[in-house]
Amino acid sequence: MQFSVSRLARVLAVGVALAASSVSAFAEDNGITVYNAQHESLTQEWIDAFTKQTGIPVTLRQGSDLEIGNQIVQEGANSPADVFLTENSPAMVLVDNAGLFEPLPADMLDQVPPEFRPENGHWTGIAARSTVFAYDKTKLTADTLPKSMNDLADPSWKGRWAASPGGADFQAIVAAYLALNGEEKTVSWLKAMKENAVPYKGNRAAMAGVNRGEVEGALIYHYYWFGDQANTKENTANVDLHYFRNQDPGAFVSISGGGVLASSKHKEQALAFLKFVTSKAGQAVLRDGTSFEYPVGLGEAANAALTPIADLQAPKINPSQLDNARAAALMTAAGLL
Amino acid sequence: MSLAMLSVGRTRRIPHLPMVVASVVVSLLCLVPLGFIVWVAIDSGWDTVRQMVFRPRVGELLVNTFLLELVTLPIAIVLSVALAWLTERSTLPLARLWSWLMVAPLAVPAFVHSYAWNGFASSLNGFWGAVLVSVLAYFPFLYLPVAAQLRRLDPTLEDTAASLGQPQLAIFLRVILPQLRLAICGGALLVGLHLLAEYGLFVQMRFDTFATAIVDQFQSVYNGPAANLLGGVLVLLFFLFLGIEGVARGSERYARVGSGAARAPNRWRVPGWSLLLPLIVALLSLGVPIYALGRWLVLGGVGIWRLESIGPALGQTLLLALAGAALTTIAAFPAAWLSVRAPGRLQRVLEACHYYVGALPGVIVALALVTLTVRVALPLYQTIATLLLAYLLMFLPRALVGLRASIAQAPVELERAAMSLGKPPLLAVLTTTMRLAAPGAAASAALVALGIANELTGTLMLAPNGTRTLATRFWAYTSELDFSSAAPYALLMIVLSLPLVALLRLEADRISRS
Repeated sequence: MQFSVSRLARVLAVGVALAASSVSAFAEDNGITVYNAQHESLTQEWIDAFTKQTGIPVTLRQGSDLEIGNQIVQEGANSPADVFLTENSPAMVLVDNAGLFEPLPADMLDQVPPEFRPENGHWTGIAARSTVFAYDKTKLTADTLPKSMNDLADPSWKGRWAASPGGADFQAIVAAYLALNGEEKTVSWLKAMKENAVPYKGNRAAMAGVNRGEVEGALIYHYYWFGDQANTKENTANVDLHYFRNQDPGAFVSISGGGVLASSKHKEQALAFLKFVTSKAGQAVLRDGTSFEYPVGLGEAANAALTPIADLQAPKINPSQLDNARAAALMTAAGLL
Repeated sequence: MSLAMLSVGRTRRIPHLPMVVASVVVSLLCLVPLGFIVWVAIDSGWDTVRQMVFRPRVGELLVNTFLLELVTLPIAIVLSVALAWLTERSTLPLARLWSWLMVAPLAVPAFVHSYAWNGFASSLNGFWGAVLVSVLAYFPFLYLPVAAQLRRLDPTLEDTAASLGQPQLAIFLRVILPQLRLAICGGALLVGLHLLAEYGLFVQMRFDTFATAIVDQFQSVYNGPAANLLGGVLVLLFFLFLGIEGVARGSERYARVGSGAARAPNRWRVPGWSLLLPLIVALLSLGVPIYALGRWLVLGGVGIWRLESIGPALGQTLLLALAGAALTTIAAFPAAWLSVRAPGRLQRVLEACHYYVGALPGVIVALALVTLTVRVALPLYQTIATLLLAYLLMFLPRALVGLRASIAQAPVELERAAMSLGKPPLLAVLTTTMRLAAPGAAASAALVALGIANELTGTLMLAPNGTRTLATRFWAYTSELDFSSAAPYALLMIVLSLPLVALLRLEADRISRS
């Protein structure tokens, strides 16, 4: 027999040693851990610039808004996270309501105007995105486009529009609708949506579905379109954007949030990171990078390709009013989740 | 036989207790996911269960799941039987080559199949897309056992039927097909369970099943009652499938009664156009992934080979796979040893625990471990240890099967001889049986390692901070529809999986010869 016990033992020993060394390779003790629900490429740009400037290494845990938000709540005081970044506000509200955020210092908050952060100062806006109706320009015209997000509930829209109900983005839009219109109207809108909308997994997939002519439009955020236009245009050749404006729920501007966990063992570095993200240098990443999200820093200009945020006529919603748990429960009840 | 004589003089039996204890410990770990589901049902209370389980959405998912299984399985069965018959029992040219090509699609993970189809025919999705890609990704699980069974059939039965004037078709339907029953049942069960557990394929085909709905819930509310109770329904479905297979399998006798070796079966003459079937299947199940992947690799150019992320992902994948394989093989050893050396009622129960958990969808194992570690075993939360435990549970049967076969071929007398020469019992096992079983152990460890390298759902939910495997990186890119950047990861997964296919194929050959 070619195999000997000593050889088998050696193989096993190597395996165990590799496992042990991998544990140390995976765990970074000296830096900070960012629980990230923002686009990974965007956060990676922030991290690279931050680490270059300060020498503080950053470990990333990637997930979606509410997955990570709920995860932090369950982890409670034992959370390994130092910083939490989201795409939308509801997950920030969730963690804040559990009392897990460290109040932020005034000099950091002052970098962002008050409309882009909650009054209590427990977290801050880091970026913003606008709801849009991405539509097939070969099929819809100014006359036939929906005037309001409410129109999409009309039976005439059955099977004609798409969304990604499983995503935090869309759930934030529903939370905004709930905050603006109350539970009764939200329930009936969601019921109509279950009838009318074609569900996709992810906003990009929904937009690609519009481009292929599978549906006439999709209720998504703006930057997917700009990203694809700047890139290969392979998912947007036939697609254009329609802004609802008029304080319509479909004109909702969602604030991406950042916060520092009260349980963080590296609070100083964590605060430095968040301060960097909201600083001029951090916000410039939004203007010059490939994310096409709106910056929220005081006096920061957006990428020139974007419609200025002031022209979007977004409805006024205090981010702490966004109740995502209720929105998800209503969507579950409507059979969308 | 000097060894046999040794055992006559003073028989010292290897004490079973340490192995039983070890095997019981592993079995208890295996029961964790099931215990978790029971606990969830009790903990949620009847009202929540009623609210979360008896709702239209669950009905939709049930309909989706049953429709998928009812359409996919018959197609896969007919296709696999036809292909196996063509490659094993007909005069099909290049039959050996075709039979390798019919197993090769297994080297492409299911979610890479669907990724390729997304690029090749982007309008293909929904139910029929899911059926097509499921058949292409999973039919080899049926083809393998059916082909192996066809190869070992005794042709005498067919000759007898022919001498009684039966036409060829009748012989196939009434003599050959019934003898394939066990192979078809086993393969169909494997495919059916994979369909219950698969996540990536159905997300990309935009078809909702329990696995996708559970992950949706998990991403919206983490491990809330809705996700956990959907998991409970999925586990019920899983047991339903096991039960159906148990009934369909029957208890007829299949062994031949004649003495001597069976003659090599004769091959039936088939017309040249029968090449079309394996050709089309190979084009759809291998040609499409190769074409789509090749196209994206070319389109992406050098820019997509981001070595600073591909390198660590490959490294972490290999580390996880090796560590997980070593751990799983060690954990499977006690049960494998007992099943050969001390079969009995307790041993059968323990073995059943080992098997059931590997068939559970990865999403259930992950949910159970997330909830358990975050609530009661926090130091283990988000650690490599927990991830490795999940892999162990998911891939235990792979390790067990190979180990058991090779332990069975190691004579017990050697253990006894070693003990009579003064070695303590465990060392006696280690220096004899373990040593002889090493090649089998290595082969099954390789199977486990390759399973881990392509695992997606469990890794997504359990991976420690900063951990990125090939599969999760691939998934992150495809979720952003960045197909080119995902291509190198898909290529690496396929390259890593090729040895799996060769191993499986050789193993099937070996079984059909023995």
